[in-house]
Amino acid sequence: MTTLAGKILTAHSNKKEISPGEFLNIRVDLVLANDVTAPLAIKEFQRLGISKVFDPKKVVMVPDHFCPNKDIKSAEQAKLIRKFAEEQGLIYFEVGRMGIEHVLLPEKGLVLPGQVVVGADSHTCTYGALGAFSTGMGSTDIAVAMATGEIWMKVPPTIKFIYHGALPEWVSGKDLILYTIGDIGVDGALYSVMEFTGEAIDELSIDGRFTMANMAIEAGAKAGIFNIDDKTKEYMATHSNKAYSTYQSDEDAEYVKIIEYDVSKIEPQIAFPHLPSNTKPVSQVGDIKLDQVVIGSCTNGRLSDLRVAARILRGKQIHPKLRCIIIPGSQRVYLDALREGLIESFVEAGAAVSTPTCGPCLGGHMGVLAAGERCLSTTNRNFVGRMGSPQSEVYLANPAIAAASAILGRIGTPEEVIS
Amino acid sequence: MRLKGKAHKFGANVDTDVIIPARYLNVSEPGELAKHCMEDIAPEFIANAKPGDIIVATTNFGCGSSREHAPLAIKACGISCVIAQSFARIFFRNAINIGLPLLESPEAVKETESGDTLEVDLASGTINNISKNKVCIANPYPAFMMEIINAGGLIQFTKKGEEHLSS
Repeated sequence: MTTLAGKILTAHSNKKEISPGEFLNIRVDLVLANDVTAPLAIKEFQRLGISKVFDPKKVVMVPDHFCPNKDIKSAEQAKLIRKFAEEQGLIYFEVGRMGIEHVLLPEKGLVLPGQVVVGADSHTCTYGALGAFSTGMGSTDIAVAMATGEIWMKVPPTIKFIYHGALPEWVSGKDLILYTIGDIGVDGALYSVMEFTGEAIDELSIDGRFTMANMAIEAGAKAGIFNIDDKTKEYMATHSNKAYSTYQSDEDAEYVKIIEYDVSKIEPQIAFPHLPSNTKPVSQVGDIKLDQVVIGSCTNGRLSDLRVAARILRGKQIHPKLRCIIIPGSQRVYLDALREGLIESFVEAGAAVSTPTCGPCLGGHMGVLAAGERCLSTTNRNFVGRMGSPQSEVYLANPAIAAASAILGRIGTPEEVIS
Repeated sequence: MRLKGKAHKFGANVDTDVIIPARYLNVSEPGELAKHCMEDIAPEFIANAKPGDIIVATTNFGCGSSREHAPLAIKACGISCVIAQSFARIFFRNAINIGLPLLESPEAVKETESGDTLEVDLASGTINNISKNKVCIANPYPAFMMEIINAGGLIQFTKKGEEHLSS
């Protein structure tokens, strides 16, 4: 009668049974930080007076947010984490070999099903796609986790989501999660685990699951999680040779709530400014002119996302008044996209293609917005000022809608541009 | 510990991007971060915030990014505590870890307007709205969290634990 999340946390605690609401010390299998959050974590780590991290092979640092360095101050932060990673012998990925952390870590086989992963980045919840319990925290938490290999947690309850039916064409994991957040709100899963199940989930690719787990935080959740199936096993077989534990939720597991959807009725979703929950089906958006489209990020910067975009952009031209910026999520994704001819299609269509970075998603660099500008983005947040000026607007959508909208110069659908 | 100051009231879902926009996250010094706290949704906040003042907000305060820079910026503005109907979970952890007191009290939030003078007794969770002559009691912290708070934050709490283990 235990959920997947409950089983993983129990296995990482010193207890045989745990229940929601309980405070526990949890052993962690992997600790993550980036160029924005690691400098604070390193400072707090040093205050602890401990000289070495608990296990250098379980601590990863990725300079992905403001890297390649966007200014002198960012360069100083990147330098600081590079030095710390070298001194401590941590797993570190340099520019040119790195990727957006949540695209990179699973791809490198660093995350295994059944593990507990904590990261100083709210989108650490992405790895739930592989049946891991992963959650975002702040820098001080990560400093303690780096030092001790443990972190305190309040055991969360689990909400079960069941997605029935088959996904219509152009409807993806992004649409399921936006639809869900639109339904339950940005605090609809506060402090809880979102467990994603149902026949539509069984059919969903691992990339689609990464997208859904990634945005669990946008509903306030502590983690988003998927049970392990053949797709997970296949992904692991091609990304890691390490053994892992396969936990599943019991049939009679206790859920605080069960929410069911029929996905066959779901259209591509657009989240309007300024909350991810402010969603509308694409047929109801009206005429929304755009200045910029961004395709990429830890949410939708994987190979399958770029394939969808290329399918629509190939042989077409980006609207003359619009900038389209496409950012592969990792060097591996970049290279695969290059070899498949996707990058060629993007460049020929008139899109800018960048080395992997979080860049524009958080208004860092590589596509910051001016006052009054509108951007449709495959990223995860559309808060006030998220991508630049507080007077700019961000709309969230899937890569197919983004590619079609880049051609149309307004929010539109693939059907409008594909003959 | 008693805290006293004027209330700065905010609505629902105040995210950490507006508490401290990412464009300023190329530094980590709290004093530098404080200069830009809330500037995208309340440009006057920084000039008006006086030491001891209190942020009051409705639901899901601190949602979004895990940046610990958000509670650090608030604290460095001189804000003595945040009272909300509810907090986003990462922000909640971060604030406790760095020693920014948070209180959950839907009743106090409902009663309070910007500019009201509030007095807070952290030990008892009592929130006294002096301007409205109304007293509310915040939800108590779980015992485990009180230990972190009493230790002065997670680093001190962990240090004590390590000393205890090695002794």
